[in-house]
Amino acid sequence: MSADTPASSDADPAPEAVADLQARIEELETEVSDLRTEVDDDGPKKMVIIATKGTLDMAYPPLILASTAAAFGYDVTVFHTFWGLEILHEENSKNLQLSSVGNPNMPVPNMIAALPGMDRMTTRMMRNRIAENEVASIEELIETSIATGVDLQACQMTIDLLGYDEDDFYDGVTTGVGAASAFQDMVEADIQLLV
Amino acid sequence: MSTETAAETLDVKGQNCPMPVVKTRGAFDDLAAGEVLEVIATDSGSMSDIAGWAESTDNAELVGQEEATEGGEDVYKHYVRKTE
Repeated sequence: MSADTPASSDADPAPEAVADLQARIEELETEVSDLRTEVDDDGPKKMVIIATKGTLDMAYPPLILASTAAAFGYDVTVFHTFWGLEILHEENSKNLQLSSVGNPNMPVPNMIAALPGMDRMTTRMMRNRIAENEVASIEELIETSIATGVDLQACQMTIDLLGYDEDDFYDGVTTGVGAASAFQDMVEADIQLLV
Repeated sequence: MSTETAAETLDVKGQNCPMPVVKTRGAFDDLAAGEVLEVIATDSGSMSDIAGWAESTDNAELVGQEEATEGGEDVYKHYVRKTE
């Protein structure tokens, strides 16, 4: 505080020290303004989801979060790899299955759940529930996601591994991408999720 | 709040999470600055979802929300203004 009040001349700092300080202040001001520009120029926030599962229940969370984040103004990328590709496969996505095996939340003991035809029954039950509760279909969520600018990507390595063709996927799905581009997106993203 | 004159009405009755928010965003983008969008939903989760969305969206202001019973079903009405 005392530095702000006029003091005797012998307490005044040397002119070189004042000049030094002024230069330092200008330097810091430039740095702050550069950083501010950098932050402001960052554009919209980003979210990346890596979708690796292809069962009916696991297909929902990535698509619901992706379309919601897009509604919040986020740039969203969902990178689908391994069984996650099934979600983007136009034909298979309408036929995703659900299994009670290894799922203690389902009311069927594993011994019985493992019997032939049980997955089909469990899936049918789940689909009925989805329809009754007016939850959107996977197809609808994919179309909504693409329409709202979500970048749905299909991992090229797993496309080849599973013997799929680019034409098997929904229109608007990005193909020809790999781990490096997914990683790069994740580095720049504010939110990264593995599903 | 029902006295708000909405420029547009979005009917998302019968649609569940995440559709009310996703479609609200789409309809909101088409508004002119200063206009209010009315959203009519049957999803009870839309009360917190749309409030949260409006709070996080720079140019969206939640003008009001109300619950009503219409034709024997619960409906949730939301009024969102585009501020700029």
